Amino acid sequence: MYDQAQRRNHFFIRCWVTFVLLLIYLPITCSALASLSKSRYFMFPVRQYSFEWWEKTLASMEIKTLLGNSLAIATLVTLIAVVLAFFGALAFARYDWKGRKLYQKLLLLPIFFPQAVLGLALLLWLNALGLMPSWKTAVFAHLVWIVPVVTLVIAIKVYSYDATLEDAAADLGANRWQIFREVTLPLLWPGIWSGALFAFLLSWGNFPLSLYTAGADSTVPKWLYSKMVAGYTPMVPALGTMSTLGAIVVLALVGLLVLSLRRLRQAN
Amino acid sequence: MPLSPLKLSAGVRCASPVLLFLLLGFAAPLLMVVGYAFAEPKSFEVFSSFSLSNFSAALDPAGTLWMSFAWSISLALLATVLLALIAYPIAYALSHLFGKWSSLVSILFVFPLFISENVRLYGWVQFLVKGGVLDGLLKMLGMEGTPALLYSPEITLLGMVYVYLPFMLFPMTLGLSMVPRDLIAAAADLGASRLMIWREVELPLAMPGILIGLLLTFVLSVGTVAEAKILGGQSVITVVHDIEIAFTYAQNWPLGAALALILVLIIGSLTLWALSKIDLDRMLGGR
Repeated sequence: MYDQAQRRNHFFIRCWVTFVLLLIYLPITCSALASLSKSRYFMFPVRQYSFEWWEKTLASMEIKTLLGNSLAIATLVTLIAVVLAFFGALAFARYDWKGRKLYQKLLLLPIFFPQAVLGLALLLWLNALGLMPSWKTAVFAHLVWIVPVVTLVIAIKVYSYDATLEDAAADLGANRWQIFREVTLPLLWPGIWSGALFAFLLSWGNFPLSLYTAGADSTVPKWLYSKMVAGYTPMVPALGTMSTLGAIVVLALVGLLVLSLRRLRQAN
Repeated sequence: MPLSPLKLSAGVRCASPVLLFLLLGFAAPLLMVVGYAFAEPKSFEVFSSFSLSNFSAALDPAGTLWMSFAWSISLALLATVLLALIAYPIAYALSHLFGKWSSLVSILFVFPLFISENVRLYGWVQFLVKGGVLDGLLKMLGMEGTPALLYSPEITLLGMVYVYLPFMLFPMTLGLSMVPRDLIAAAADLGASRLMIWREVELPLAMPGILIGLLLTFVLSVGTVAEAKILGGQSVITVVHDIEIAFTYAQNWPLGAALALILVLIIGSLTLWALSKIDLDRMLGGR
């Protein structure tokens, strides 16, 4: 199998992967550069670097409100999505029941749906219900798209879950609640944490749903878009870069948590 | 445990909160779209008037709305084909080449999903714009700067390919990791050429994942709008852009709803068709 042609092919494939990864991070790097440029309008090469726009962004009251809104939405979305999706994932992958195949397909439909159209459809629905769009309705809108995604993420973990352990615990006299707390939950924690991570970060970065369903309340992506269209300031790349760094920190924290959970379980 | 009715209902009990939620948050809004699509144009008389004129306006050959459909569909087809070519080697590497590194490399590919689409697209503007990074770099090297690169259909396509890469890559990787290595080795031992192995073994076995990837990217890129606005500078008007205009500036909700309904029918029938072709348990759970 490992002839020379194959090795050459593998070399090209590695180069290709590296090239595509570089392209993926190119615009993100450009944004970071633009946020560190002192001048009002971005010109490359940057004449003078400074953290001036970062400081201005951090000091701005308007941006504090945005961050508060985005954080409140993402936190609520995460909590609700994880609970709904946990049980949704058990129904998706753990239990064998009559409507399961149909349920699996129905659940995927919102993921395959253009989000801007989903946002507008939700706007019609909110209007019919007489609800005023605000950050709370945005939570509802985000959930419609995020619950199916999180269900899938947790379901992948549930597939590798050994359900006979629950039966064993029942044979040993554990009641339903004990089984749930001592067997089901601990085994599925890594899946739940990755689900929570997806929920939080997807909600944090969501633009199309927030645009139509958050009403007058702005979020970080909404504000960024409005400034990109009209009234560019270097605070746009600055806030964008901060938001990216925040996502990296959250990702790293959850990654460490999942790893240490795994270590802990292996140690026991 | 014998097959008790209790066990049968556990699945239903677990599924019902999600299903109830999607009924309220997904089915009901769709029903509203259907209601508005058949209402009198420029009215808000939903479910109390009936008219087909929104659809005739949407498909009127003298209008521009059908052109948006044509743009959206052709750009989405192009983006899907390009992404299949771009992602295939990467998916192969992630599933068969990188071994224990593959989860780290996967994270590098997933991560951009967590950054708002706008931020990433705007980064491209800063790279490509006159006086931006590319222009500046070329001038530093003593060359002439770039011509005007932004605000064209090609750049819109670039934005779509960029944004939707993960949606092609991950289903494809799942699909390719369903191909057992020893099967390929066996085919090679029996004297099959590389091309034959690829065509007769690898491709058919990986097809469910590839199909989902193709579907996801096509469906998502038909619904594209931010790429056309931020990078394309409205040189291309996509369907969703028309829908947005109908709902906002034009205040013609019924027309917007009719356009949305046509789009939903295209997307929905494709999705249901593709989903009927694959076994989700096998793909996600390796069963």
